[in-house]
Amino acid sequence: MSQNSTRPVGPLVIDIENITKDYVMGKETVHALRGVSLQIHKNEYIAVMGPSGSGKSTLMNMLGCLDTPTSGRYEFSGKNVAEMNDDELAAIRNREIGFVFQTFNLLPRSTSLRNVELPLIYAGIDPDAREEMAIHVLHEVGLGDRMNHKPNELSGGQRQRVAVARALVNKPSIILADEPTGNLDSKTGEEIMTLFEDLYQRGNTIILVTHERDIAAHARRTVHLRDGLIETDHAGFIPELDLVALDRP
Amino acid sequence: MSAGRTGLGPVFRDMKRFLYELSESWKIAASQMRSNLTRSTLTALGVIIGIVAVTLMGTAIGGIQVGFDKSMSIFGDDVLYVGQWPWKKVDDWWNYRDRKKIKTEYADALNHMIAMTPNSNLMIAIPTSSVIRSVKYADSEVGNVLVRGTVSDYIITSTFDFKEGRFFNDLESRGGANVCVVGYDVADALFPSASPIDKSVLINGQPFKIVGVIARQGSFLGLFSLDSIVVMPLPAFQKYFTAKSEADILVKVKDKTKLAEAKDELAGLMRRVRGLPPEKKDDFSINEQQALKSTLDPIKNSIAVAGLFITGLSLFVGAIGIMNITFVSVKERTKEIGTRKALGARRRTILLQFLIESTALCLLGGIIGLGFAFAMCFLIGIAFPSFPIQFSTGLVVISMMVSVMTGLISGFAPAWTASRLDPVTALRYE
Ligand SMILES: Nc1ncnc2c1ncn2[C@@H]1O[C@H](COP(=O)(O)OP(=O)(O)OP(=O)(O)O)[C@@H](O)[C@H]1O
Ligand SMILES: [Mg+2]
Repeated sequence: MSQNSTRPVGPLVIDIENITKDYVMGKETVHALRGVSLQIHKNEYIAVMGPSGSGKSTLMNMLGCLDTPTSGRYEFSGKNVAEMNDDELAAIRNREIGFVFQTFNLLPRSTSLRNVELPLIYAGIDPDAREEMAIHVLHEVGLGDRMNHKPNELSGGQRQRVAVARALVNKPSIILADEPTGNLDSKTGEEIMTLFEDLYQRGNTIILVTHERDIAAHARRTVHLRDGLIETDHAGFIPELDLVALDRP
Repeated sequence: MSAGRTGLGPVFRDMKRFLYELSESWKIAASQMRSNLTRSTLTALGVIIGIVAVTLMGTAIGGIQVGFDKSMSIFGDDVLYVGQWPWKKVDDWWNYRDRKKIKTEYADALNHMIAMTPNSNLMIAIPTSSVIRSVKYADSEVGNVLVRGTVSDYIITSTFDFKEGRFFNDLESRGGANVCVVGYDVADALFPSASPIDKSVLINGQPFKIVGVIARQGSFLGLFSLDSIVVMPLPAFQKYFTAKSEADILVKVKDKTKLAEAKDELAGLMRRVRGLPPEKKDDFSINEQQALKSTLDPIKNSIAVAGLFITGLSLFVGAIGIMNITFVSVKERTKEIGTRKALGARRRTILLQFLIESTALCLLGGIIGLGFAFAMCFLIGIAFPSFPIQFSTGLVVISMMVSVMTGLISGFAPAWTASRLDPVTALRYE
């Protein structure tokens, strides 16, 4: 694969320190995260890897302000997330974060255009400006000719492009993608990764969760999780290390 | 960042966002109804039935109200009635039973005193005396006719119009001529084709010449007809029907805004007529339309409340259907709710969305129901013209408001549940 240039990082966006997350299920407590510290700067491209159940999704939900930590400190652009109420969290999710899901999560009865407009409605943007912005990003992801298609009239790869466009439309500080290629074949997955590389080169910050080393190889930094802890966190992608990490009992 | 985008104050931006969310919610509700057409129709049916029931009951109550007011108006709101009994329920009826009867002669005495009183609030006192008799003409006969003797000035206190002819005049009144005025029903029964004017009817075997026919007045509270009546001069009445001069006295007041003063004045005059010493209580009753109204109002109101309550139950059942379907909708779309929250929907946004869905369903049901109710009223009006039905714009507005309220109330619990969903849990939902 052709690795493009790595860009210089910008200011600190995400700063978490010693984050834990417990799920209480009856008498048992699941420690999904046991003390994770991470600093992410503007225009980084990070892959989060690790075995199933290691807490990758939990960490992503935390970073995306969908969930609040049991303990620890979380600052987003210098603001303390732990002190925010529901509406403030919603505002952060709306303006600062773009989510891309494994299952696309498009509204089935709405066209691509309407799906992409959705975050803009919640941002209170005028209908005309809304449509213009949505059309613009749909062109960016290469779907200029699929704007009035509904999700069931699109291929899996196209659906994920719509989802990426939706994540991008409000110009978020950071894009969070939890296994964005998990439901796609490897060729379509590569197309999405090309799109991400393109977004990265244009100055976006991307964090993606993946199981696949080929996918993770696109990122400029790799974080390995195991049992709710960061096992390794290093620049670039080292296949051998990843193999070691996965094969350990 | 986003403040710089619009350059507007945060309050204004919030308002704009609210409007956009509102219009988005209506669109979602419409598409939701369209894509679940059968389900929506069946659920709306509950509301349709409820609104039809409530609206029809409302028109019936409106009809009763109009009939009631019309019945009341025959008493006139500027006339006082002097009688032995008060127009209300009394617990000590035995105290009233032994009162002295009211006499026709009191009218003359009262009129005399009114004339002597400067700035009197009273205008004139009219004696009336009544019996029930049957009235004959040729081979036809009508029974249960109210035969009333009075004076020519009776016309001043009355509210009726004439279909043809006139009321008897002063001369006929004083002389006790054998003339009479008949009600619509009497004229209709005895003279179905010809004009009754100048014909003579037989009452108690005596002939009375008809000089006028009163226009149709309808019935009193639907209980008895006001058109089954014959009115004649008092001397003639006393000569042929009763030697006793038992009577009711009607007193017209000059200014109906001073009814209370007029009533006090009349009570004073009556006490003088009766020669009551100061320590004795009144031994007569002075009645008025308003007093009768306030006696009958509670009865009328409890009929209305009971009717609305019973029909309201059917609307309640409809509301439960709406609540149920909204819960189903929330459940089905849990993942969608999670997605919307991830994209920045706030609790209020989600709450609004589902409230509008339930309200849109109810409003649709309400509009259809109102259409049905209107059609049914129209048909009932054609089939049974006398059935009291009153369809008003006020009723349309109220039933629309009731529909919206039903939607809001029944949608609230599911919408609240949806708005409180934890985004992560909702996103995980399959
Ligand atoms: N809502 C929840 N309630 C209870 N336990 C949970 C919940 N969410 C996650 N967990 C637990 O927390 C741990 C971490 O889960 P998480 O989904 O973050 O793993 P993951 O690394 O994303 O796994 P995968 O690769 O399979 O997606 C798991 O043991 C999981 O069972
Ligand atoms: Mg996961």
